[in-house]
Amino acid sequence: MIRGLEFVMGAGRRFWSSVRELTGDDAYERYLAHWRLHHAGDGAPLAREDAPLGRAAFFREEQRRKWDGVRRCC
Amino acid sequence: MATTAAPRPLRPLSLAIWSIVVAVGTFALGAIALSRGESINALWFIVAAICIYAIGYRFYSAFLAAKVLALDSTRATPAERFNDGRDFMPTNRWVVFGHHFAAIAGPGPLIGPTLAAQFGYLPGTLWILIGAVLGGCVQDFVALFCSIRRDGRSLGQMARDELGPIGGAVALIGVMAIMIILIAVLGLVVVNAMRNSPWATSTVAATIPIALLVGLYMRHVRPGRVLEGTAIGVALLLFAVLGGGWIDDHATFGPWFDFGAPALAIMIIVYGFAAAVLPVWLLLAPRDYLSTFMKIGTIAALAVAIVILNPEVKMPAVTQFIDGTGPIFGGNVFPFVFITIACGAISGFHSLIASGTTPKLLANERDARFIGYGGMAMESFVAIMAMVAACVLDPGVYFAINSPAGVVGAGAADAVATISSWGYPVTVEQMSALAAEMGEETLFARTGGAPSLAVGMASIFSSAFGEGLLDVWYHFAIMFEALFILTTLDAGTRVARFMLQDMLGNVVPAMGRTSWYPSVLLCSGLVVAAWGYFLYFGTIDPLGGINSLWPLFGIANQMLAAIALCVATTVLVKSGKVRFVWVTALPLAWLVTITTTAAWQKLFSPDVRVGFLSHANDLAAQLASGSLTGAAAEQAPRLIFNDRLDAALTMFFLVTVWVIVIETARICHASLTGRRCPPSAESAHIPSRLVEDWVRD
Repeated sequence: MIRGLEFVMGAGRRFWSSVRELTGDDAYERYLAHWRLHHAGDGAPLAREDAPLGRAAFFREEQRRKWDGVRRCC
Repeated sequence: MATTAAPRPLRPLSLAIWSIVVAVGTFALGAIALSRGESINALWFIVAAICIYAIGYRFYSAFLAAKVLALDSTRATPAERFNDGRDFMPTNRWVVFGHHFAAIAGPGPLIGPTLAAQFGYLPGTLWILIGAVLGGCVQDFVALFCSIRRDGRSLGQMARDELGPIGGAVALIGVMAIMIILIAVLGLVVVNAMRNSPWATSTVAATIPIALLVGLYMRHVRPGRVLEGTAIGVALLLFAVLGGGWIDDHATFGPWFDFGAPALAIMIIVYGFAAAVLPVWLLLAPRDYLSTFMKIGTIAALAVAIVILNPEVKMPAVTQFIDGTGPIFGGNVFPFVFITIACGAISGFHSLIASGTTPKLLANERDARFIGYGGMAMESFVAIMAMVAACVLDPGVYFAINSPAGVVGAGAADAVATISSWGYPVTVEQMSALAAEMGEETLFARTGGAPSLAVGMASIFSSAFGEGLLDVWYHFAIMFEALFILTTLDAGTRVARFMLQDMLGNVVPAMGRTSWYPSVLLCSGLVVAAWGYFLYFGTIDPLGGINSLWPLFGIANQMLAAIALCVATTVLVKSGKVRFVWVTALPLAWLVTITTTAAWQKLFSPDVRVGFLSHANDLAAQLASGSLTGAAAEQAPRLIFNDRLDAALTMFFLVTVWVIVIETARICHASLTGRRCPPSAESAHIPSRLVEDWVRD
């Protein structure tokens, strides 16, 4: 019973995370993960300008970039 | 180090399954093709289409992947090599598929088949299926492949690299021209759907403040919460559809939204300019989220409804209009069915997307098959559903909605008499009752395909999901079409503006700065003026505008496909795949044949409903003899000028295609005989580091 519930909840979570990925709802989380992996250095304290973008700034940047070119078709 | 795309021999079980798919597909296609007289069930279309796409995908695209393109899953893609977490980023294949499909699926595959249904369901359906499997899907797949192997370069850049500067310049100007014509014709479709309809006009108008609201929400209230913002927006849109019904009935508010076509055209032009100079986050980006959700949701619902309902197709397989006398647009079934279907079978525009964002996201080269070939198969399926939605209408009703007043007569009685005399009985009472059910004043001469598609969708939806809401479903369908037509209009204007700024930037460097406001205003103004001109005069043209603009759009779009296939053919020749060159060369030869024939007929046909020049001369003769009076005489000089302008554009497209074809032949010949030509721009093989630690499939 418990296991069945866990399975259903797991499937629900997977579904929800795939919806978020497909729609770009989790773009900021993915950006943070990417940033930590590639730019965070060796864990030394960071200067302010080296910190990742905030959520609002990231979203602004992202939209500007996304529409800079042919994005929609007939 | 094996290429994972190498074909596996079929196991007995898959052999059995695929034999069944082939048998079912053949049977369904046979049922569609051979049915005469009796009406045929729409389910056959769905079954035939799915089987043909499945066979094409399983066998032909596997052959392309393994033998022709030799996809190599061990080769690092641009996403892996240039991974910057933004433009270039290895992404889950399903997510890339979703983005790619949302980008390529626009209003084209809905409108083209609706118009082409005037030839009967068979010519259009066959071309959608065959054209997609052997042409459109191949083009998208190969364009995507070429771009992946060239660091994600765009079609224009690839044309320049592989064909030299002439090819590159021609591709760039072609894209600009097609964008202008496309936007004008789409604007005309929306105008014809809103003409003298307060319900449609108010609902479409409401989409603008709703998009602004969602834009503000996603920017300032809850930044980046795409799903929340979209959910709010979709709820408001549905509310706007219902609210439109209330406004329609309202004695005071109703007339506020009641406009004729020329007035609406001017509003669209003003709106287009405003939308193009506003920041993207405020209007374009939020509306794009809304329209993508609406599009995917509505198309899925339509598929489900057709399967549940199994409506009967009432249109004959072939009508007498294959001889070129059709009321919706003039011209024989060859070449005009191929020009009219456009995006549902092969669309040059897709090669821009397939060489734009998509190649920068693929984690593995092997996914190009699923995304390029599979994405187009899906789009083609949308076109099949549009064909079904047009053909479930009574043919008399279909022709009454789609025929311009200039052809069948302006009065309701004249129109039904003409249409009935063709053998498609329809009565004034029937049309009035239908208009009343749909909550409209009249449905006569609502050309452009959107209203007849909406009537078809409304009747399918209301039968499948609840009777009695026909008017709400109708306006929902109109809103859904207008939503993404306006997105294309806005995005297209912006792209054309960037290109114009880029070109002018070569002369005056300051004009090239995309954020310099004087340049933004000037270039947006020029682009909007260009499409606005065609749009406005489309609304006062007695033949309805669609009649001349849609074929022009079709020719331009197929021309762009020919450019993409030229690049692909050159790439195949240069990479030593001459024996497989027919894969792109045959669709290319076919496209060049149909665009040349169509362009030639649009230029020089003596039939005034086909040839631009003969129509201009005919009008000029009528004007000279004084047989035109009143408004007709006033408009005639303008219409004559427009015909000649359309003829000049057609001539330009024709010359463009041939310049690029000859250039391709020259480069291929030079490459084969070892003469000097631009070398293949393929980037070096760098082994992927993702394959070993990535669990795939």
